[in-house]
Amino acid sequence: MKISASALTAGLLGTVIVVLLAIPMMLQWERPPMHSEQLGYRGLGMEQITNPRRAEMLAALNKAPVPDDPVDNDGVLVKDDTENYKNVQVLGDLDTAQFNRLMNSISTWVAPQEGDNAGCAYCHNVENMASDELYTKVVARRMLQMTKAINTQHKSHVQATGVTCYTCHRGQPVPANVWATNPGPKQAGGMAASRNGQNVGGQRVPAYASLPYDPFTTLLKPGANIRVVAATALPGGTGRSIQDTEKTYALMMHLSTALGVNCTFCHNSRQFSSWEQSRPQRVTAWHGLKMVGDLNHTYLESLTNVFPANRKGPEGDVLKVNCATCHQGVNKPLYGFSMAKEYPELSVPNP
Amino acid sequence: MAMLSFEKKYRVRGGTLIGGDLFDFWVGAFYVGFFGVTTAFFTLLGTALIVYAAAIGPTWNLWQINIAPPDLSYGLALAPLKQGGLWQIITVCATGAFISWALREVEICRKLGIGLHVPVAFSFAIFAYVTLEIIRPVLLGAWGHAFPYGIISHLDWVSNVGYQYLHFHYNPAHMIAITLFFTTALALAMHGGLVLSATNPPKGETVKTAEHENSFFRDHIGYSIGTLGIHRLGLFLALGAVFFSAVCIVISGPFWTRGWPEWWNWWLDLPIWS
Repeated sequence: MKISASALTAGLLGTVIVVLLAIPMMLQWERPPMHSEQLGYRGLGMEQITNPRRAEMLAALNKAPVPDDPVDNDGVLVKDDTENYKNVQVLGDLDTAQFNRLMNSISTWVAPQEGDNAGCAYCHNVENMASDELYTKVVARRMLQMTKAINTQHKSHVQATGVTCYTCHRGQPVPANVWATNPGPKQAGGMAASRNGQNVGGQRVPAYASLPYDPFTTLLKPGANIRVVAATALPGGTGRSIQDTEKTYALMMHLSTALGVNCTFCHNSRQFSSWEQSRPQRVTAWHGLKMVGDLNHTYLESLTNVFPANRKGPEGDVLKVNCATCHQGVNKPLYGFSMAKEYPELSVPNP
Repeated sequence: MAMLSFEKKYRVRGGTLIGGDLFDFWVGAFYVGFFGVTTAFFTLLGTALIVYAAAIGPTWNLWQINIAPPDLSYGLALAPLKQGGLWQIITVCATGAFISWALREVEICRKLGIGLHVPVAFSFAIFAYVTLEIIRPVLLGAWGHAFPYGIISHLDWVSNVGYQYLHFHYNPAHMIAITLFFTTALALAMHGGLVLSATNPPKGETVKTAEHENSFFRDHIGYSIGTLGIHRLGLFLALGAVFFSAVCIVISGPFWTRGWPEWWNWWLDLPIWS
């Protein structure tokens, strides 16, 4: 059989393309030994299998910082020293020594970068510390209220561990994992317009699936109905749509990747909706979803007119929180290290 | 069971792998051989243990009987009988019975002087079982990673293991396996339909031949794979389906721990557009 030159060229070209594609495809595999943890009755398949080498990389990214040394009280409350402390709206009940320690810690948690616009100066006009002229100071004040609300009103989620600014910020003025309404890429109108916010590849899609890329706008707000599983064996009445279900699936995939766990960390997949068959972690997660909705609505959206446009999403809404904002790939942020214990002033209720 | 008049001709001595003439006999219609004996041994013991395990379990409901592997904490060690040890012995019995059955097929093939296609094909099914119950658990370091014996319980295992990878349909080997399973069904349906159509002509017409079958597909899609070829294709599709099923589960855990959708990032990360 004679093979023509063009067939040979096409064959060679095809082989080269396949090899070139196969290299990145094959390079990403992992290898045993793996670490595994049993999450349910034996043989049920509820397990967390983790790669110890990847876990090490993750741990390096989630190192807890060293809290500032405790200081002795000055014996004067901030609100009583009106000469030196003006316009202190949230932390007035604090001893001045504790106040200064906290301010110093916040500057390293949130704005440790070099330059003029760093440290205290990231929020304060250093000539007049009391001034609210920088929007960042107004935001910081609201965020302090939010932190106290988390540590006092959302203990069902954060338990005794609590949070500090560092839990989200990790030394960055804007936390790495935040979201705003994602309108998706521009696309044709008419019949082609009904993408239902899905089937787009990219890094911002929860867990990289073809599921909706923005499950947050509709589901991470107060009163959102996330649960989609039917309560009856046979269909009857008006259940939730496939589109709703896919959005919930996307949110759950976000939750999984944000915590570095799989679905069976909370659910027995034989019946996702059944609390009796779920792990207690699901209760914590449920409170977490309620918390995120409350924080987004009560605290972050209240700053809509404070943030400049470059700190907002493409639709003009403020950057908001989801599970990844605190968790950053770990099921207990910073592996459960309680920074808040070293800063008890962040765990008193807002007045 | 009465023997057909010509059947005796094929009951020839020899071809055994083990045991020489010792087990070279038939019981009724069934050839015994050394591996017939081991099959019977493993099957009876295994089944008896399944019944025993069910008896000491909480239910006789056929759907709910569950004989589970040990906790992960036992690793690859032996577990107490009631905490997964029974599962371990049953697994040994099942594996022994399956392999014995395949080797008995080999002996029959050798007697008849035919190829080993049937035992080879059956070994793919055994390979899939062994992958699930032995190879993957060994790679992950604990028998507890294997599936339990029970109608509903093994389905729960399948569901949960799928959700350990967030969305199992993104598993590339699972995709290939599903495609091959569906194609196997397609090929079998077309082949069965074609043979029945040639042998069931309208009233008054004669039964048609393989040439009619070939002509149908040549007219239809421009090509006929042929009477022998369709069986080669069928075997290839079916064995490929089973093989990639085994691959899709053995890579889940030992060679990939994240959600399967993330695996496809190699495409998004290609240097062409990333």
